[in-house]
Amino acid sequence: MITKDEVEHVGWLARIEIDSADAEGYATKLNSVLEYFGQLDEVDTDGVAPTYHVADIMNVFRDDVVTDSLEQKDVLTNTDSEQDGYIKAPRIM
Amino acid sequence: MVYENPDGVMIGLEIHVQLNKLNTKMFCGCSTQYHNAGPNTHVCPVCLGLPGSLPVINKRAVEYAIRIGLALNCDIVEQTQFHRKNYYYPDLPKGFQTTQYDFPIASGGKVVIEGEDGEHVVRITRAHMEEDPGRLMHIGSIEKSKGTLIDYNRSGMGLIEIVSEPDMRSPKEARRFLDKLRNIMEYLDVFDSDLEGAMKVDANVSIMGGDRTEVKNISSHKGAERALLYEIMRQKNLLRRGGNVVMETRHFDEARGVTISMRTKEEEHDYRYFPEPDLVPMRVADWAPSIYEALPELPDAKRERFVSQYDMADMHAKALTSDIRVADFYELVAAVIDPRTAAAWVADVLKGELNYRDLNITSFTVDDIVEIIKLVVEGKITEKSGVQVIRTIMDEGGSPQDIVRQNGLLRVEDDIVTQAVSEVISENKDALSDYIAGKGKSLNYLVGQVMKKTNGRADARQAREMMLEAIDRINK
Repeated sequence: MITKDEVEHVGWLARIEIDSADAEGYATKLNSVLEYFGQLDEVDTDGVAPTYHVADIMNVFRDDVVTDSLEQKDVLTNTDSEQDGYIKAPRIM
Repeated sequence: MVYENPDGVMIGLEIHVQLNKLNTKMFCGCSTQYHNAGPNTHVCPVCLGLPGSLPVINKRAVEYAIRIGLALNCDIVEQTQFHRKNYYYPDLPKGFQTTQYDFPIASGGKVVIEGEDGEHVVRITRAHMEEDPGRLMHIGSIEKSKGTLIDYNRSGMGLIEIVSEPDMRSPKEARRFLDKLRNIMEYLDVFDSDLEGAMKVDANVSIMGGDRTEVKNISSHKGAERALLYEIMRQKNLLRRGGNVVMETRHFDEARGVTISMRTKEEEHDYRYFPEPDLVPMRVADWAPSIYEALPELPDAKRERFVSQYDMADMHAKALTSDIRVADFYELVAAVIDPRTAAAWVADVLKGELNYRDLNITSFTVDDIVEIIKLVVEGKITEKSGVQVIRTIMDEGGSPQDIVRQNGLLRVEDDIVTQAVSEVISENKDALSDYIAGKGKSLNYLVGQVMKKTNGRADARQAREMMLEAIDRINK
């Protein structure tokens, strides 16, 4: 069972502020989703190799050949906070 | 002699080696040549993590990873894939790092270093592929920063993370391990250690009676040694005062030479690793035999070959093979000069003068050193003048011939020395009889006069011998 504290912790990991008053409600909703997926636990997987990918293909590579990058000005259109070609973020610790 | 390790120091290292000799990044075709470019100029939707972009694995990066794994005596995994390591930090535009988790490409290797008590084995736990995050620049110090500037040019660069077992017993051994590792990587031609961010180190360290701490942000081998010396001292003092060493992550402040506690709320399970759905699994173990066949001669093998092929002292072989560029340089010199003479000049003289000036071998030419050694071997200049020519080239430039001529270094002919000796003898009868009477010091005076007459261009040892011969003749 997901607790209110876990909801707040997951919120912190994603740097999303979760109002303490809402956390209980999120916990209930998450638990119902987990419970639904919990049905998968009933399947007997003894002797079945783990699946790492749904598509049954292997070894997709590209050659080490340079392709065009974006222009700096196009890169910076995705931020409204820039300085000297850098993207500027708040102070990070 | 067995190293006692009185404090029970155990050091394990995690080293990130950037595959900066690839043409392109790990999962996209952006060029790796961004080191002199403006910020955010070598990026594309893949390495910026824009929605809808799809990564594709650089085949050569996988080959390099296998090459590294084999050189570290690892086993190569049968089947592997990438995982997402989720954490939220602005250097990761996707919100996760693409890395490997339960099946690293290589594992279970070892590297032999020169330890505190002779050869020492450092076990390699694993080596896995991942991508480098972007570069953050804190405006001001990390503790009092006013903001952070982000450059994503580095984002998505191919990295190999090499994890060792905690087998090193002192900061010195840690440094030697790092030196050896860098040397191997350069022999493999997978990275250029001179580029910014080429190699980064995190260290786990513990002493007897305490938990281990992890020290991050170590950017040089010297820095690693300093960070570890500080951290071991900190742990010892803490235990001596009755405190506890707690498991934590610490940041190395290079400028102050101290480690600082970084409070972190994230733990291993918070990374929520899961298989990367955008990349399919790999089965590459069958590449290993041909990559193994094509491995270049590695440092230990080259060192042994130098000793047997060139008949040099092991000390010289070690010095010459500790950098592939020096080894290659030496072999070019040894092709035209007696190999033992060449070894002494390159390993002792040239390397010493370069180290003193913090230069590397690329700032000297094979032709120049060959010419200088020839001048010395043929007796045209003295050994001392040879060293002087090397220094002048490093400090002021110029060619050996010009420097010899401009500084009047050509050794004077024997008959000029003979002439000087007989003149000195006839002009210094008192000193001569003093010497014959048993005053050994008078000889130095006489030889000094010969040097003076020849403006110091005579070889002092030769002048001394010729003086002794002349005195012998008089005395008979």
